[in-house]
Amino acid sequence: MPGKVHVTTTINGESVEFLCEPRQTILEVLRDQLDLTGTKEGCSNGNCGACSILVNGEVIDSCLMMGVEAEGQELTTIEGVASADGLHPLQQQFLEHAALQCGICTPGFIVAAKALLDQESNPSEERIRLYLAGNLCRCTGYDKIVRAVQDAASEMAE
Amino acid sequence: MATKTEDYLGITDYKVIGTSPIRHDGVDKVVGRAKYGADIDMAGMLHGSVVRSPHAHARIKSIDMSKAEALAGVKAVITVDDLPLQEDKIEDLGEGAANLQHLRANVLADGKVLYHGHAVAAVAATDIHTAQEAVDLIDVEYEVLQPVLTVQEAMKEDAPLLLENQTTESLGEDTGQKSNVCTHFRHELGDVEKGFAEAELVIEREFDTATVHQGYIEPQNATALWGADDQITVWCSTQGAFTVREQTAQILDVSVSQVKVVPMEIGGGFGGKIRIYLEPLAAVLSRKTGRPVKMVMSRTEVLQATGPTAGSFIKCKMGVDKAGKIVAAYAYMAYESGGFPGSWAAPGAMCIFAPYNIPNVLIDGYEVLVNKPQTMAYRAPGATNAAFASETIIDELCEQLDVDPLEFRLKNSAREGTRRADGPVYPRIGNEECVKTALSSEHYATQLSGKNRGRGIASGFWFNVGLKSSAAASVNSDGTVSLVEGSTDIGGTRTSIAMQLAEVLGIRAEDVKPQVADTDSIGDTDVTGGSRTTFATGWAAYQCALDIKEQLIERAAKLWEISTDDVVFDDGTFSSSDSSKTFSFKELSGMLDETGGPVMGRATVNPSGVGGAFAVMIADIEVDTETGKVEILRVSMIQDAGKAVYPSYVEGQMQGGTAQGIGWALNEEYAYNRDGLLTNASLLDYRMPTCLDLPMIETHIVEVPNPGHPYGVRGVGEVPIVPPAAAIANAIYDAVGVRMTNLPMSPGEVLKALWAKNGGNGTS
Repeated sequence: MPGKVHVTTTINGESVEFLCEPRQTILEVLRDQLDLTGTKEGCSNGNCGACSILVNGEVIDSCLMMGVEAEGQELTTIEGVASADGLHPLQQQFLEHAALQCGICTPGFIVAAKALLDQESNPSEERIRLYLAGNLCRCTGYDKIVRAVQDAASEMAE
Repeated sequence: MATKTEDYLGITDYKVIGTSPIRHDGVDKVVGRAKYGADIDMAGMLHGSVVRSPHAHARIKSIDMSKAEALAGVKAVITVDDLPLQEDKIEDLGEGAANLQHLRANVLADGKVLYHGHAVAAVAATDIHTAQEAVDLIDVEYEVLQPVLTVQEAMKEDAPLLLENQTTESLGEDTGQKSNVCTHFRHELGDVEKGFAEAELVIEREFDTATVHQGYIEPQNATALWGADDQITVWCSTQGAFTVREQTAQILDVSVSQVKVVPMEIGGGFGGKIRIYLEPLAAVLSRKTGRPVKMVMSRTEVLQATGPTAGSFIKCKMGVDKAGKIVAAYAYMAYESGGFPGSWAAPGAMCIFAPYNIPNVLIDGYEVLVNKPQTMAYRAPGATNAAFASETIIDELCEQLDVDPLEFRLKNSAREGTRRADGPVYPRIGNEECVKTALSSEHYATQLSGKNRGRGIASGFWFNVGLKSSAAASVNSDGTVSLVEGSTDIGGTRTSIAMQLAEVLGIRAEDVKPQVADTDSIGDTDVTGGSRTTFATGWAAYQCALDIKEQLIERAAKLWEISTDDVVFDDGTFSSSDSSKTFSFKELSGMLDETGGPVMGRATVNPSGVGGAFAVMIADIEVDTETGKVEILRVSMIQDAGKAVYPSYVEGQMQGGTAQGIGWALNEEYAYNRDGLLTNASLLDYRMPTCLDLPMIETHIVEVPNPGHPYGVRGVGEVPIVPPAAAIANAIYDAVGVRMTNLPMSPGEVLKALWAKNGGNGTS
């Protein structure tokens, strides 16, 4: 294997440097090197969305992005969604609506829904369902997730 | 909204039960702090990977590990020879059972591989990439054998045998006959021949259902550390830490007390995370290297090599008399076991005709080896296949009799005192109440109109289980209670259990701090499965609270210098019987040190009194006759919870089960090619519903309290997956006039049925 590559990036608002092998995904770097295990691995081929993160505000599957590609980018993971003031409205609404059961897909859903609500203040149910179709949940049947996102949108619009 | 039909023991003023507080583990799970099995990291940790069979059925001729062992960074390589030999003994898993020889040969193949993806060897290396490279360097020479992929093929007399020594046990006796048929059982009630002779109308059909996977989003994982003192610690995501301990100890031939299982947060199970796969491999690799070893399956491995649930072939026949009463029913149920014995025809047979009062029933069940992974439970295992058959026939009977399908179900409903064909006589059940709730629902009253649209109804049953649970609780000086219990929490059970303790003590759910303990820290507790956790572990918490209450009454009596008989406890307040003195729970909790020291409650239960659960589904769909695609327009799930302890999470179970049932109905299947290789081992090709595929899922919680539980709880997790496949099949018939008898009812299958009906022209 070629040597490790030095990468400088921003994660959750903080400047971060790491060394990674060219074959490592950013998901692997986040979880195994930076201890940001809130981002989950469900399939490693971009089908389940459990590893969703934001790169410059756009939602991506972090299992499909190489670690070296993080150079100079701004990344947001689930660990960066809440602030010192408390939970993000999406996180609070997920709790209020019982929009999680096992919770393994929850970080990915919250990150993806954040990307949507950062761009659109009042998405329709259909729009929410389309936007979140890249995230699989096997526990909830999505009903309470969609409602939580709707109510978070209303709360953020206030 | 809950539909209250009666009150259990006259209790109407629950303070905690029936509310929906925020779950105790909620914040950790929305901020990404909750630690699941794959989140483990330890100093010096190695990473494991597994060599898997590229064939469905083959004899292993040789395994050459030399190149892998020579690779820099590889620390150990193991095969089945590194696992102690096992005797021919059955181990109960809590939901299903396993023969130990088979369990050993499933975790690492013993001479033969029996399915594509069967584990053959395992490697530990300094990082996962090196471990995966080493896997590719292991040369396994196979003698490829003919695979057997369906129960019909496998049951033929000249079929290739998967296990050369397997004989058929028929009606409880070993026939000595070598066969892929492991078990044949029968349930008989009344005289089925006489019943059919009396029938006015008889319908008989055959049904084929595909192998399907539970589809939990978190892959199986295990990390193990085998210490120099021969103490073994296993961290993993499991439905039952104690069954993992038991199975791992047996496979490693060590005492259970040498194994400590630490259950991490679990990312879904649905029956699939009960049997062990990686745990003994990680443990043996750890013993060989002296370092902790972590193993996590890829999604491909999850689909290829963990237990999906059984595909099946079912023949079903039902007859009704002139009055519209079902007089006879017959079912032939052949279920796949996969590569090793143990399948789900037995629970399927308990459920197939369960919602009905039928005097004459005959059921023949068969469990059959095929070259697929060893099947595992999946949410009411066996019952969805069964209901797909029986509920489709019921719909056809209703159509021919020209009666409303819900009125027909009401007329033929099982009720208290009805005997089920497999033996039990029902105590108070809520089937009629579910049907009546469906009949009076706004959904059912709303006419469905539009071309190629249809509505379908189906009922479902799951018996639920009790089994062992343990709980311990300590009173804190600030009036809160720390609760320790043994049930791993897959969907909010920490809270539904804690609420039952809080109700007794008159404190808030938030005043209980529940945690799930490892196997050294709480008494034996069976798996989170069988819809048992809120029922049984909740009961343990209830008993635990009674224990605390008794001890606190003693403390109050001591402080007041009166007899314990003169202390009354009501709604969180202790008072003397003359009402002159009172302590709140919190006040008394602050006086434990001066009255004798800490107070702890403890309880273990193994309850009988399990209450079965019924459900009814209404499904509105539209068929695209150009493509065969079925769109779900509107669905309602109506279910008897007994008592809904934690209603928002009861709804969640109902919605989740409905969604899984819809996936099973329309898309999900294991696609094997002729050579027995799984061709769709990814979540793109194994097509589970996304949120774009589903509408909101309407729920009606019916509450007919279970007389066998202190709060009337029945258990809610499983039954909602039972009706959807049949309800959707019936809706498709209503929409376009074709009877679907195979699962999944994928677009191609629906189109084929339309073409068959319309003579090659899909448009109707």
